Amino acid sequence: MKILDKINLEKLIGILKQDGYKVIGPVIKDGVILYDEIDSIKDLPEGWEDEQEAASYRLKKTNDKSLFSYVVGPQSWKKFIFPQRLRLWKAKREGKGFSVNSTKESKPKYAFFGVRSCELNAIFIQDKVFNNGMFADSYYNEVRDNILIISVNCTRSAGTCFCVSMKTGPKAKNRFDISLTEVIKNEEHYFVLEEGSPRGSDITTQLETMDASEVQIKEADDAINNAALKMNRSMNTAGLKELLYSNHDHPIWAQIASKCLSCSNCTMVCPTCFCSNMEDTTDLSGNNTERWRRWDSCFNLDYSKVTGGNFRTSGKARYRQWMTHKLASWIDQFGTSGCVGCGRCITWCPVGIDITKEIENLRNSPMPITK
Amino acid sequence: MTDNKSAIKIADPMIPETVKVKKIFWETEDVFTMELVHEGDERKEFRFKPGQFNMLYAFGVGESAISISSDSSKKTSLLHTIHKVGYVTNELSKLKRGDILGLRGPFGTSWPLEDAKGKDICIIVGGIGLAPLRPAIYHILKHRKHYGKITLYYGARTPRDILYTVELETWKKKYDIQLEVTVDRADSSWRGHIGVVTALMNYVKLLPEKTRAMVCGPEIMMKYAVDELIKHGMDEKEIFVSLERNMKCALGFCGHCQYGPSFVCKDGPVFSFSKVTDIFEIKEL
Amino acid sequence: MEDLSGILKNHPFMKDLDENYLKQLTGCASNVVYPEDEVMFKEGDKAEKFYLIRSGKVALEINGRDKGNLRILTVGPGQILGWSWIVSPYKWHFEAHALEEVRAIALDGECLRNKCEDDPKLGYEMLKRFSHILEQRLQSTRMQLLDVFKRV
Repeated sequence: MKILDKINLEKLIGILKQDGYKVIGPVIKDGVILYDEIDSIKDLPEGWEDEQEAASYRLKKTNDKSLFSYVVGPQSWKKFIFPQRLRLWKAKREGKGFSVNSTKESKPKYAFFGVRSCELNAIFIQDKVFNNGMFADSYYNEVRDNILIISVNCTRSAGTCFCVSMKTGPKAKNRFDISLTEVIKNEEHYFVLEEGSPRGSDITTQLETMDASEVQIKEADDAINNAALKMNRSMNTAGLKELLYSNHDHPIWAQIASKCLSCSNCTMVCPTCFCSNMEDTTDLSGNNTERWRRWDSCFNLDYSKVTGGNFRTSGKARYRQWMTHKLASWIDQFGTSGCVGCGRCITWCPVGIDITKEIENLRNSPMPITK
Repeated sequence: MTDNKSAIKIADPMIPETVKVKKIFWETEDVFTMELVHEGDERKEFRFKPGQFNMLYAFGVGESAISISSDSSKKTSLLHTIHKVGYVTNELSKLKRGDILGLRGPFGTSWPLEDAKGKDICIIVGGIGLAPLRPAIYHILKHRKHYGKITLYYGARTPRDILYTVELETWKKKYDIQLEVTVDRADSSWRGHIGVVTALMNYVKLLPEKTRAMVCGPEIMMKYAVDELIKHGMDEKEIFVSLERNMKCALGFCGHCQYGPSFVCKDGPVFSFSKVTDIFEIKEL
Repeated sequence: MEDLSGILKNHPFMKDLDENYLKQLTGCASNVVYPEDEVMFKEGDKAEKFYLIRSGKVALEINGRDKGNLRILTVGPGQILGWSWIVSPYKWHFEAHALEEVRAIALDGECLRNKCEDDPKLGYEMLKRFSHILEQRLQSTRMQLLDVFKRV
C-alpha cells in the first residue's frame, strides 16, 4: 500500500494521458455527477456529495475539499463499453446487390478514473454477457481489453446503496489496476493506493509515493467501513432465485405495475442491463443504409413483439421480466446475480419503486407452493 | 476464452454476407420459398443443422429470423420457406431471381436426430411449422433404415395452405411415412381430415417408450400437441419443441428472445420439452 | 353376436368397460356399412343412433346457407360419430357424410337410453365417456375458432 497526495493524483492523470488513454472520470454536469473525459483533478467534483433516496437525487456542498464524496450518479461506465448508440455497419447499393462495410474505426483506449466497487462488479458481469461462450461482441471486447481501471473505494454511502448485501462493495477487492481510498483527517488529505495489476504497478512507479503506515491504512479501512455501516438498505438474497421463480403469479406484480410507468429509467441507469435493439436507417436516395445498435429496455412494448403478436403486453409482465431476470434468471444465464446494489434503479425511478422493498414484500407474502 | 477471442477475428457475426436468389416461388397464396446461393462463388457451401435458422436481411428494410427448410446434405444452396406477414418478409417476397439479400447464420440448436436412431419418430407440425422440420425429415429419409416408424401429423389452416404438397405425397409413397394432414376449415372438395392436429393422434399407435417426438407450430398448438403426447405416455425428455421469440441479434446479446432463463436464439429454438416444462404454462413470460 | 361383442370390446370407446355392460350394449348394437358419399344422417333428423367408427372417414357438415355446405370436422377409425342421442330433444346438429366407405357399429340410442335409465351406473358410465368426447369436440372447435395458423 502506498500513499498518494493530490499533486501526484494530478500527475497520475497526466501519465495516463501521455500513455494515450482517454481519461474518464466524475464531473458535474446537468446538476448531477456523471462520467466524462477529464484533463485534470480540477474537473473532479471537489467538495460535492450526492443525497439520494427513492426518486430523489440532490448534489450538496460538503465542508471539505474531498474529491470522491459522491457515490454514484445516473450514468454508469457501461456507456463507454456498450455505447447507447453504435453503428454496426454501413451498406451501399451496388447494381442488384449491395456491399456491407463494417466500420472498423479505431477503438478508444480508456482509463476509467473513479470506478466504484459496485460498478467494477457490474463491468465483470457485462464481461460475461458480451462473451457468452458462443459469441463475443467485437466492439465491447476490443474496448474492454484496453481499459485501465482506477477504482476509488466508497467512504460514504448514499440512501439508496445496498452493495454490502450484494457483496459487491464498498471496497473493490480485485481486478482493478489501481485502487484508491480517499482519506481526509486532521487537515490531512491523502489517498491510500493499492496496486492491482502489473500495469497498475508500472504507472505507480512513475509517481512520487510513500509507503502507507499502519495508521494510514487503518484510516482508509475505517472510512470504507463507515460507508458500509451507514448503509441503510439491504437485499436479502437467500433463496432469491427460487423465491422469484415460484412467484410468477403473485399479486405483487400487479401492485407494482399500478405504480410503474414502464418508462425504462431503471434499465437505462442500471450498470448491468444490456438489452439492445437493431435499427436500420436509410438515406433519402435509398442507396445507403446503416445498421445501428441502440439500448433497448424490456419495459418497451415492442421488446417482446413477434409477427402477429406480442408475448408481454401487460406492465406487470414487463416488470416481472425485469426483476426476475435481474435477480433470478441472470444467475442461470451468467452464474451471477445481475444486481450489484448500486441503488440507481431506486433513485432514478420517477415513482420511487424500490427493488429491495419489493423483494421484502414478496418474501413476506409468498404464493403457496402448489407443485 | 482464447477460442472466443480468436472467433472475433474470423468473422463478426453481426455483419451479413450477401447471397443471391437462385429461385423464388410461391408455395401458397402467402408463403413463398427462396433458394439462395453465395454471391460471387456459387459453389461455396452453406453448413447448417436441421432446425437452425438464419437472419435474412432485405436491403434498407431490416432483418428477420427465418428457419432453414432445405436438405442439410445439399450444401451449395439453401432453401427458406417464408410466410409473408411483416415488413421484412413482404420485402423479401418481392425479390426476383438474381437479386441479392443479406444473410447471417446459421444460428441456434437443432433437432436431435443422431441419438434418435433406432427410435420411432413422431412429428407434429402446424402451419409454417413444417418448414423448420423439413431438413429433419430429409435427414431421416436419407437414413431411413436407422429409424423405426415415422409419423407426420400436419395441421394447416385450409387445404390451400398446405405446403410441399407434391413432396408430402412422395414421402408417403416412397419412404413409408405415415402422413396425416388435417385442416381447420375446408369446403366440400376436400376429402381429407378436418379438425385439430391432435385429434389425428388417435389414428396411429404410438409406442411411448421408443418414440421421439418433434413439434413445431404456433405455441398454443404445441401446448395441445405436447399434452396429447404426454397423455399417450411419452416422457417430456423425448419431446422436442421449436419456440419462437423476438430475435434481433441472434447471438444472445440483445435480450429480446429471453424465455425464462433461456435465450431462444442460442439456447433454442429447439428445446427438449423437459427444459421448458416448468415455465411453459406461465402467462406472458 | 359373439363377433359383434368382440368388435365392440376392441373399440377405444369401450376401453375398460365392465363385461356386463358390454353385453348390454351389444344388445343395442348392429353392424353397418355406408358406401362412399352416402349421407349417414341429416341435420335436424331424429338422432336415433351413434356410431363407433371402425374404418373410413365421415365429414360433419352444416348448411351454411349462403356460405355453402361447411365441412367442420371429420371423424375416423377409433372415434365416435354422434352424441345427440344422449341429449334431448335427440336431433342431429350436423349432416354426416361418408367420405370413404365407412364400417361402423351403430348403437341404438333409445335402446341404450332405456338401459341407462334402468341402471344409473351404466348411465353415468356412458355420460362420462360422452362428456369426454364433448369436451374434445368443444376444445377442438375453440382451437379452430382461434385460427392459430393465420398470422396478422
